[in-house]
Amino acid sequence: MEYFLQQLINGLTLGAIYGLVALGYTMVYGVLGMINFAHGTIYMVGAFISLITFLVATTVLGTSVPLALVLTLFAAMGLTALWGWTAERVAYRPLRSAPRLAPLISAIGVSIMLQNFVAQAQGARAKPLPPVIKGGVTLMDSGDFVVSLSWMQIIIMAMTLALMAVFTWVITRTALGRAQRACEQDMKMASLLGIDVDRVISTTFVIGAGLAGVAGMMVTLYYGVIDFYIGFLAGIKAFTAAVLGGIGSLPGAMLGGLLIGLIEAFWSAYFSIEYKDVATFSILVAVLVFRPTGLLGQPDVEKI
Amino acid sequence: MEAKTARTLLVDALLGGLVAAAMALPMLGVRLEDSANGLSLSGRLDWVAWAVGIVAGGRLLIGLLRLLLAGRVPSPPAPPRAVMAYVGWAMVAFALVLPFLPFSGRNLVDKATLVLIYVMLGWGLNIVVGLAGLLDLGFVAFYAVGAYSYALLSQTFGLSFWVCLPLAGLLAATFGMILGFPVLRLRGDYIAIVTMGLGEIIRVVLQNWQDVTGGPNGISGIERPSLFGLSFKMVPPEGKQTFAEFFGLEYSADHRVIFLYFLILALALLTNLFTLRIRRLPVGRAWEALREDEIACRSLGINPTLVKLSAFATGAMFAGFAGSFFATRQGFISPESFTFIESAVILAIVVLGGMGSQIGIVLAALLLVGLPEWFRELQQFRMLAFGGAMVLIMLWKPSGLLSTREPTIRLKDTS
Amino acid sequence: MRFGGLFAVNDLSFSARPGDITAVIGPNGAGKTTLFNCITGFYKPQVGRITLNHPSGPILLERLDDYVITAKAGVARTFQNIRLFARMSVLENLIVAQHNALMSASAFSLAGLLGLSRYAGAERRAVERARHWLDKVGLTSLADEEAGSLPYGHQRRLEIARAMCTGPVLLCLDEPAAGLNPRESAELNRLLLDIRDENGIGLLLIEHDMSVVMEISDHIVVLDYGRKIAEGAPAAIKADPAVIRAYLGEPDEEEAG
Repeated sequence: MEYFLQQLINGLTLGAIYGLVALGYTMVYGVLGMINFAHGTIYMVGAFISLITFLVATTVLGTSVPLALVLTLFAAMGLTALWGWTAERVAYRPLRSAPRLAPLISAIGVSIMLQNFVAQAQGARAKPLPPVIKGGVTLMDSGDFVVSLSWMQIIIMAMTLALMAVFTWVITRTALGRAQRACEQDMKMASLLGIDVDRVISTTFVIGAGLAGVAGMMVTLYYGVIDFYIGFLAGIKAFTAAVLGGIGSLPGAMLGGLLIGLIEAFWSAYFSIEYKDVATFSILVAVLVFRPTGLLGQPDVEKI
Repeated sequence: MEAKTARTLLVDALLGGLVAAAMALPMLGVRLEDSANGLSLSGRLDWVAWAVGIVAGGRLLIGLLRLLLAGRVPSPPAPPRAVMAYVGWAMVAFALVLPFLPFSGRNLVDKATLVLIYVMLGWGLNIVVGLAGLLDLGFVAFYAVGAYSYALLSQTFGLSFWVCLPLAGLLAATFGMILGFPVLRLRGDYIAIVTMGLGEIIRVVLQNWQDVTGGPNGISGIERPSLFGLSFKMVPPEGKQTFAEFFGLEYSADHRVIFLYFLILALALLTNLFTLRIRRLPVGRAWEALREDEIACRSLGINPTLVKLSAFATGAMFAGFAGSFFATRQGFISPESFTFIESAVILAIVVLGGMGSQIGIVLAALLLVGLPEWFRELQQFRMLAFGGAMVLIMLWKPSGLLSTREPTIRLKDTS
Repeated sequence: MRFGGLFAVNDLSFSARPGDITAVIGPNGAGKTTLFNCITGFYKPQVGRITLNHPSGPILLERLDDYVITAKAGVARTFQNIRLFARMSVLENLIVAQHNALMSASAFSLAGLLGLSRYAGAERRAVERARHWLDKVGLTSLADEEAGSLPYGHQRRLEIARAMCTGPVLLCLDEPAAGLNPRESAELNRLLLDIRDENGIGLLLIEHDMSVVMEISDHIVVLDYGRKIAEGAPAAIKADPAVIRAYLGEPDEEEAG
């Protein structure tokens, strides 16, 4: 029971991170109908930006840890968003009217390029960061097993909730959100009605990358080790989360993220840690085969 | 007017520089040094300056070039069918004499062999992606199945390469069918992601199934191929003759390199011949029809399941052949060789080549695999340049290098 | 046929006879295309039965897969928004339509791969059949062009030729005259009458263009809100008060469309 509870907490934390990355996939797919293959790599870039900013703030600038964390948050969000914006501007926008495969190949190219750029610029070795936020609360103590909820886990979940709230507000209540939903429905019509489609798409990438940046920061602080390759697997898992929740659906992405996190945690705990990735991929395949619209997605009736 | 455009160009370049500065500041400006107790930092602001300069200058240059060349570069007309056929034959002829040319050496032949592996994989994947329009991002799985099939069959049962080759192809084709099932109902990009997932599953299984696959250590000491029983070793196995002895040549390690080169050339040409032929047959035409419109296919009584599975199986079979060859050439295989990046490279070759163009695929393989091999000294920047090349070629030619399609039958030729 | 709680086609029965042109008409959203998709197997009706009196015996269509309906039952169709194999040539489109016959002749392409002569003969016959239909629809000179590059009216005729190359006993046409100019529309009428008279097969068509419907149909079925409101010969339909109320009551608007 204690063990189960602990895995539940771990899974939810992991799931929150996946969910944030999944939002980026689902938004871009919603608007452009394209899988932004480089999104996982952008998340990895976000993790590196966070690590570097945090280290610069604490060692070079000598700020206190809380201030350094706030700085890191802003840097991770803003600069990662800039990377995402640039990727869209350079590699995807010129291909908007190109054959379907062209932007996908271009995105794979961006992903390979960014990975190797980071490997070259920062070295291919894994980068450790000693735990920054230590401690937590003990929820249960049965003598031989202690269930604890670390401060870091609380921060991750609280931050994810806050971001989700802001985000939902943006999509449902603001002009930007309306424009975005309009583009999702019919891009040509939206542009005829005076919506600057290019700007909406850019904003979508910026928001997606910003969220991925935050996820990158949290994963850096949570696990305390990153390398240039973390984007690939995390990217596939987040995409799986987006598909599981129903691609195009924002609450779906979050729900999918949480489920994937839970599945991974429980699978590793009770079955085998080696095959945890197989579990994720199998779920992806199973969902797409048996329920291609995902849990919360809209059914897509084929017009003949 | 002139002044205004000049100003926009400058502003544009400055903005580009600014963005580059913000992006480069953490990623390039600070270097994480691995040290004994964790990480330490070192500054590298000169790199940031370089990056800003390159981006700003580059934007200025591109802007100027656009202004100067606006509407002046006519796109070259597509080469006619007859010319392409000659080009094809010339390429084959060149490939046949390559090992014997004066400037060629062991190193060159080795590199050419590598390029040919990718040409063959490209031609194989082209059946799935280029003809049938099924976006397969897990193609490397079948390559892996072929390689492991040969390695395991030859080590467990002592079968020779020539017996294992068709078996490996068959096994890979079976896997193609099995993995094809889940994606039958999916469309477009979803197929890409699911095939990618399936490819990763196979790799993870290879990595962890210690007893059979040797796990991360892989399988070594794989039997090298022989030519009708003639060995290419210095000392032949018991009761066998070496190639050199049989032809009365002096032993040279080059013989095997050249033999392997011709082997992969033959396999690749077989793939090409098969594709050229199958395109004119009902199955091949159904593949192309499926790519164009699945619903129309169904309305004509074509069973989409069979068409899709046959495409997956056929493509996988050629990947299986290539995998066997890879195993016998390296003598050692491990899951390392079958990562997602390989699938991406093969797909990139097909798409850059122009989706369905056999010669285009050769060009793309030369460009993406051959060219980087040349700059081995810059090894570390190879993949960086590779990713960049993928983006640039797509921006330059979104539908691939050679994208014109020839009909498989002409009414005027039949009468 | 139901979508959620909405009955798109409900309580409908009629028959289309071989050698007849049967037209299904009705206002927009009356369920005509849904009906077609049920007959050709693209949708599966929740209740009810569709029987085809094939020369070789009756066949129940409603549980067959779409491609089996064409392959085994001999029902071919065209689409409201033309679905050609755009990047393949006109001739290739017609050859693909004969896929099943060619497949068995080439032993699943294996015999063809080895270059056996049985397949060469089969392909020659397929080309002849294609040529026959190319002549019928007047596209012979364009046979080697890319299908997607043809003008709209040509594409419509090519789609009909392609459906006929499957050798159907029932041909279903979803708004064949949509987007055609009067001259092309008249050519289409001749083509459809020709198909009926020469091949003796049944034609079932959905059409908005009343000039086409009244001129060539032998039998008309009128739908509204998924139900049949009238059925009969063109003259009778023209005079039917229910039809006039539901449909022909606004002749100006319909004529314009």
